Amino acid sequence: MSVKKIEAVIKPFKLEEVKEALTEIGIEGLTVSEVKGFGRQKGHTEIYRGSEYTVDFLPKVKVEIVLADSLIEKGVETIVKAAKTGKIGDGKIFVLPVEDAIRIRTEEKGDKAV
Amino acid sequence: MDWHAGCSNSPLKSAWGRIEKNKQTKYIKERTMNKLVKKLALLLLAGSIVAAPFHTFAQEEEAAVVEEVVAAVEPVVEEVAAAVEMDEDYAALLAEQGDGAYAFDFFVTSNLWTVIAAAMVFLMHLGFSCVESGLCRSKNTTNILFKNAFIISIGLVTYALTGFNTHYPGDFNGYISINGPFSDGNIDNTFGYGGVGLAMTGYGDFIFQAMFAATGATIVSGAVAERVKLLPFMIFATLLVGLAYPVIGSWHWGGGWFSNLSGGEGLKDFAGSAVVHAFGGFAALACVIILGPRKGKYVDGKIKPILGHSMPLASIGVLLLWFGWFGFNGGSVLSAAPGGVSLVFMTTALAAAAGCLGAILLSWIVFKTPDLTMALNGMLAGLVGITANADIASVMGSMIIGLIAGFIVVLSIVALDKMKIDDPVGAISVHGTCGIWGIIACALPFLCPGTPFGIVGQFIGVAAVAIAAFVFSLVVFGALKVIMGVRVSEDEEEAGLDKSEHGQEAYPDFAPAVKG
Repeated sequence: MSVKKIEAVIKPFKLEEVKEALTEIGIEGLTVSEVKGFGRQKGHTEIYRGSEYTVDFLPKVKVEIVLADSLIEKGVETIVKAAKTGKIGDGKIFVLPVEDAIRIRTEEKGDKAV
Repeated sequence: MDWHAGCSNSPLKSAWGRIEKNKQTKYIKERTMNKLVKKLALLLLAGSIVAAPFHTFAQEEEAAVVEEVVAAVEPVVEEVAAAVEMDEDYAALLAEQGDGAYAFDFFVTSNLWTVIAAAMVFLMHLGFSCVESGLCRSKNTTNILFKNAFIISIGLVTYALTGFNTHYPGDFNGYISINGPFSDGNIDNTFGYGGVGLAMTGYGDFIFQAMFAATGATIVSGAVAERVKLLPFMIFATLLVGLAYPVIGSWHWGGGWFSNLSGGEGLKDFAGSAVVHAFGGFAALACVIILGPRKGKYVDGKIKPILGHSMPLASIGVLLLWFGWFGFNGGSVLSAAPGGVSLVFMTTALAAAAGCLGAILLSWIVFKTPDLTMALNGMLAGLVGITANADIASVMGSMIIGLIAGFIVVLSIVALDKMKIDDPVGAISVHGTCGIWGIIACALPFLCPGTPFGIVGQFIGVAAVAIAAFVFSLVVFGALKVIMGVRVSEDEEEAGLDKSEHGQEAYPDFAPAVKG
């Protein structure tokens, strides 16, 4: 069976909840990175030694998971539920097609590899 | 008494010593008699305490106890009689100890305190390294640490080669003092070196003074950080600490022309608000003017702050500096005189605390946010302000001196920024501007009660130091700019000096931890 990738950009303090929710529905692995960016939330101004500056890029966490097609919908739903605060800046989720997945140790392919 | 100004060494020192001895002769005799009486009283008291248990167990032994006390007193009587015959220097030493004479050996304690204070001043160089690293970007950290490692090393070596003997030259014309290396031949490593006034050995004095020497260059290092080319900076730092500091310092500490200020009272600069801090601050100002601001600091007439990369490092640095300052000021008492050391510790701490509060107050009102870097600069400002007058300021005086320094440093940082003078760590404001304030504060009687120093004399002294340091730096750093360039290229500045000057990153973030 083919696989797809979920990329979720979320608020950093929501990572723990998202991870726990995903673990609960049986997802066994994910990759996380610290990222910065801006959307409609935009930045804000801060002051350093008397001069104002704009913080354009806000810190976010990007969660990447590759799942079998059948699990994608459930996965997205779980992340939305766990990461939502209802306030601006909650982030975005992207679902991407994946050509193939290979587990290096066993060389298994496709949904067996994820 | 300002020991620093009076008792440097050789002819000057011995002349001072003679005057002091004459003054003290009568005093010593009175003291010896007072001490005899006090010792007897103490022993009688001790005797009665010792006797107390005997009363409980064997009251009939009362007579024996009295005999015991008498026996205990006898050697003391002999001792004091012998003391009268003692070497005059040693008697003066005992007199100097006052009421604490029984408790410790003043000279040993003083010398020990001086070398410990030297080690504390040494630690300030770690403080400077941390502040400078923390308030600059991570891509320049190796470069900053390298400069600081070099500065403390070259400062000590040049102080041995040219500084010490130039600072304490004995008879000279009062303006230009050049002298050779200090060596075993011209230094006394015993009590005889400084006697009572300078209660330390020659080597102890050297190492304490030497630790100060590199400070001027360290101050400059912070102001020129993130864009200065390494080699020309090293050449400049060597000339600043090896040539300018000894000559300018000798005006004050070498018995130079500053001795004539305030109608012969001299310049009041206890531990170096002018000679060390304003010196470094104004050298830094000249270098920054020649060097120009960091790329991206002033764009289209607007100030774009360049954020320091580590507030923990900056805080560690400033608090280390405060700790070291107890040695910087406390050691400048030049003995372990209980009154002097305690007073100086108190004024130093109160000024630092008030400086921090002053900067917090003003920066919060003006900027509407509590800025940590301003609070830290305020602490340093208070310390620089109290450095000139730590031994004459009153309790309230020291707090007001610190508080005002805290206000001044915030205003000075903002003003320099408006003039497009880019000083990443605030060194010019902390050391230059507040150095001047510290010197002026010495002349204000409501801060320093009974001060004999005039505001004009104080101003002439600090202005002379500031102008001399500024002009020296303008000429030398300007010459280096013409000869070899003093600034890295734009590309190198963007890449960071760690990569472009050293090929060595302080934080090799994405490099694999294990190679091969």
